[in-house]
Amino acid sequence: MKFVTCPSLGRRALSEFTFGGRVEKETDQEAVSEREWAEYVFYHNGAPKTQQEWWYHRPTGIWFLFQRNTLTDSITQVDFANKGLTNDA
Amino acid sequence: MMRRLSPQPLEWINRSQSVTFVFEGEEIKGFDGDVISSALWAQGHKVLGRSFKYHRRRGLLSFANHDINVMLQTADTPNVRGDVVQPEQGQTYKAVNTFGSLAQDKGALVEWISKFLPVGFYYKAFYSPKFLFPKWERLIREMAGLGTVDTSWGERRQPKRYRHCDVAVIGAGPSGMAAAIAAAKQGVDVCLIDENPYIGGSLDYQYANEEALEVTRDDLKTTIAEMDNIQVITSAFVAGFYGDNWLAVNSQQGLIKLSAQSVVVATGVFEQPAVFRNNDLPGVMNASAAQRLMARYAVAPCKEAVVLTANPEGYRAALDLIKNGVVVKAILDTGCGENSWSVPVKQAGIPVFENAAIIEAKGRKALQGVVYAVNGVQQSLDCDGLLMSVGWAPAGAPLYQAGSKFAYNAILEQLLPQELPQGVFACGRINGVFEIVDQIKDGQQAGMAAALAVQDKSVPDFTDYTATRAHSHSYPIWQHPKGKEFIDFDEDIQIKDLKGAIAQGFDNIELMKRFSTIGMGPSQGKHSNMNGIRLLAKLTGKSIDQTGSTTARPMFHPTEVSHLAGMRFRPERLTPMHAFHQQAKAKFMEAGVWLRPEYYATESSREASIAAEVAAVRNAVGLIDVSTLGKLEVFGRDSAELMDRLYTMRMSNMAVGASRYALMVDDSGVVIDDGVAVRYSDEHFYVTTTTSTSDSAYRMIQKKVIEWGLKVTVLNRTGQIGAMNLAGPNSRQLLSQLTDLDLSNEAFPYLAMRQAKVCGVDATFIRVGFVGELGYEIHVSAQDAEHVWQQIMLLGESFAIKPFGVEAQRQLRLEKGHIIVGQDTDGLTNPFEANMPWAVHFKKTYFLGKPSLVRLKTLQKRILVGFELLSAAADDMPLESNLIIDDGEMVGRVTSIGRSATLQKVIGLAMVELACSQVDSELTIKLSDGRMVSAKVVKTPFYDPQGLLQKPQESALGGAA
Repeated sequence: MKFVTCPSLGRRALSEFTFGGRVEKETDQEAVSEREWAEYVFYHNGAPKTQQEWWYHRPTGIWFLFQRNTLTDSITQVDFANKGLTNDA
Repeated sequence: MMRRLSPQPLEWINRSQSVTFVFEGEEIKGFDGDVISSALWAQGHKVLGRSFKYHRRRGLLSFANHDINVMLQTADTPNVRGDVVQPEQGQTYKAVNTFGSLAQDKGALVEWISKFLPVGFYYKAFYSPKFLFPKWERLIREMAGLGTVDTSWGERRQPKRYRHCDVAVIGAGPSGMAAAIAAAKQGVDVCLIDENPYIGGSLDYQYANEEALEVTRDDLKTTIAEMDNIQVITSAFVAGFYGDNWLAVNSQQGLIKLSAQSVVVATGVFEQPAVFRNNDLPGVMNASAAQRLMARYAVAPCKEAVVLTANPEGYRAALDLIKNGVVVKAILDTGCGENSWSVPVKQAGIPVFENAAIIEAKGRKALQGVVYAVNGVQQSLDCDGLLMSVGWAPAGAPLYQAGSKFAYNAILEQLLPQELPQGVFACGRINGVFEIVDQIKDGQQAGMAAALAVQDKSVPDFTDYTATRAHSHSYPIWQHPKGKEFIDFDEDIQIKDLKGAIAQGFDNIELMKRFSTIGMGPSQGKHSNMNGIRLLAKLTGKSIDQTGSTTARPMFHPTEVSHLAGMRFRPERLTPMHAFHQQAKAKFMEAGVWLRPEYYATESSREASIAAEVAAVRNAVGLIDVSTLGKLEVFGRDSAELMDRLYTMRMSNMAVGASRYALMVDDSGVVIDDGVAVRYSDEHFYVTTTTSTSDSAYRMIQKKVIEWGLKVTVLNRTGQIGAMNLAGPNSRQLLSQLTDLDLSNEAFPYLAMRQAKVCGVDATFIRVGFVGELGYEIHVSAQDAEHVWQQIMLLGESFAIKPFGVEAQRQLRLEKGHIIVGQDTDGLTNPFEANMPWAVHFKKTYFLGKPSLVRLKTLQKRILVGFELLSAAADDMPLESNLIIDDGEMVGRVTSIGRSATLQKVIGLAMVELACSQVDSELTIKLSDGRMVSAKVVKTPFYDPQGLLQKPQESALGGAA
């Protein structure tokens, strides 16, 4: 079983969480070209790397942000989402 | 019992209790503790099964679940593995894959034409003409199946269990036992898992007669029994190794999900058969199979044996045979030479032939003799048993799955693990350690290291106990001009098949596997992959490491579907009015996690009950429980901004006390949710979602609030609020007697929202028109909901009220042409296709999915239309998802359909191409049985197109309110 240690909650089973996608800066709807928008919606780079991801803790209803290596599936950092959002992905 | 030996020191059978069962019509007597194969072998049976392709006679091979020669079935269980399953008293077993009987299998005729069945034959021969393939497929499946599945069998489910430990040790042989003890002595919790009913492993069958090891054995077993922090799980195998040391342990009682902090893999090695002509004749078996047979079940493998060996273990097996009175006629040594066990073998006067090679096994129904060569000179011997001891392959699936690599050790002629992942350790024979004393030391250091890793302490350096001599033959393959040298016994793969695959270009291990099917049978390569790799390496001139190995994915050993399915643990949510529904004879259906009344069984049939509910709503008044709707409350400074951003319609200009349809799309413009939004105050909204999306919508909205950085709080009030929809011409009159709220059209117009008391409790009223009649959605706190419902029902009796269910509601809304998200829309439908362009407000600067919708508006190809069926015949009724065909092409599909009692017509919604969406266009619907029926496109709503009934004039209501 995979466990993850969260601020406030401590060590929780990963099965209590729902994945919410990679943290991605939303494209500016006004300025965006059609191609850029299509890439934002449909093209996702799947190359392995450490990335920031949304993870929702269902029992408490709290969103967290994990730093996760998609190759090794290791989680290196966990923050409350409203504090740790970097929008730099 | 012809072949039963005198009692063995460590035997697993209980001679005081016998077990009787029937095998292929013959009564078999065994002992309690016997497996099916041992009881059969003890009674003199040698032919225990037939092979998959050629229906050749098969006996014991590995006797360790590494082959499926003995695959049986009972009346209600297929794929009973005779080598490991104990017979049930009185049960009847039959070999799978036979035509007629095991003894007279007509399928064996296939072997006569086997030369016309080259490797890849199925792929090539049945590829064209294509129209014949289904016929061939049926024939092939019948010929090559393993057992019969009776679909009338009842459902079986085994619970899944969770366990947690600090250190898991896989395999309870000498090194595994030592590892468990060493770890436990560090004070951590240990789980010791073994596939056999007893711990001991090779120490108890391969070394059963080594008197010097008795003290060691007793020490290990006693210590394990005495230590409270070692949990022993027997008759269970680790079928999968997942991330973070998460083990899928397959036990007879179901799957155990075992979470460990460190894992010691002491799974040992699989003995590999030698490959030579007729190596599958019953009587030819692995040496370890013979040792298991003798030590565990006290059954003699044969009367006169020849031992083919490349390692000391073959000599050990010969000594075991001698001890049990089996005549050993010769040792055929293919390169082992002098060792500690060869001396006593020679002393016993057994002829030992060095530089030997096996040529073929002889015999009609079972082994009768062997032909071999010594220094190139061909000789032969009569015998009824041939023991093969030519090498080992790692039982490496847990390590492979954990991510470790293996490399070939040329001294041992064996693959050994390299670079173990963090928290994973290996010991014993899988590590190349073959002396028992060394295996125990190797186990101790692995167990100690695993415990220290749990405790975050540093791990001392490991001592290398790897053996310094070969225990495997580098190429235990002897080709014969006449063939029939089997590499994979599951699939009847011979040398020529692999050669053929390689010659046709399938010379990569993964390609060869798939083309030839080697390792793809139920044994998953346990007895065949290593020889396949050796052959491929030889023929392509590559090393073993260059050749590589296929990956043993989880479940590495076949696992029962009932184990994987587990018990059904789906939560069921009940609405506050559930008790009423039950008393009112509701037939429930699942809606997401909720149970909702599909209809109330008040009439003689389902259809009549639903029709009565529909009629009540149309002519009098009905009440439906809509508590399952998702219900979100939005507070805060940026509430209006959030609502504008989430939904396609503008929400910020809604007046306080108004309601508005709320349609949500995702980034790609696809409709994902709809509901009704109301505005309580400038900074306070309340919005419903569809039943099944309440949790995901709430989750997504919370995420968006964070992303957008809005000052707003969203609460999921789905479970806290009960809701019901009171609809029908009598609804206002009825409701007016339960509330002080002014229900007149001026005071409370269509689509308005009001907050007032009903039946003495606080409520939100919304004038909705989903079912197309004057109607009020009433939201109250969950604890008040049943009370309000009961009061309405009680008072409603004089207004001819009826509760109505989901099915009546579907029909009522269909008559209005209202869509249900997820039924009339799918994962690609945008609002324009759903025929709701009015629900998209492009003037807003921003909302979810706006850029996609701007583009999609210009690209529209299909649209949701209403249709009515032109035929009235009962069996011409299309089903949802039936296709609409035009000139042989698909042009759409039916999304909703129903027989409208109100309109006396079959009406429906269909997603069709724009070209056939004009009113009065004829649609041809293909029924499930292939017949075509006609329908024509009509305007929606089908019922009350002007909407007069949902917003009636005061005069029409008889002056009520």
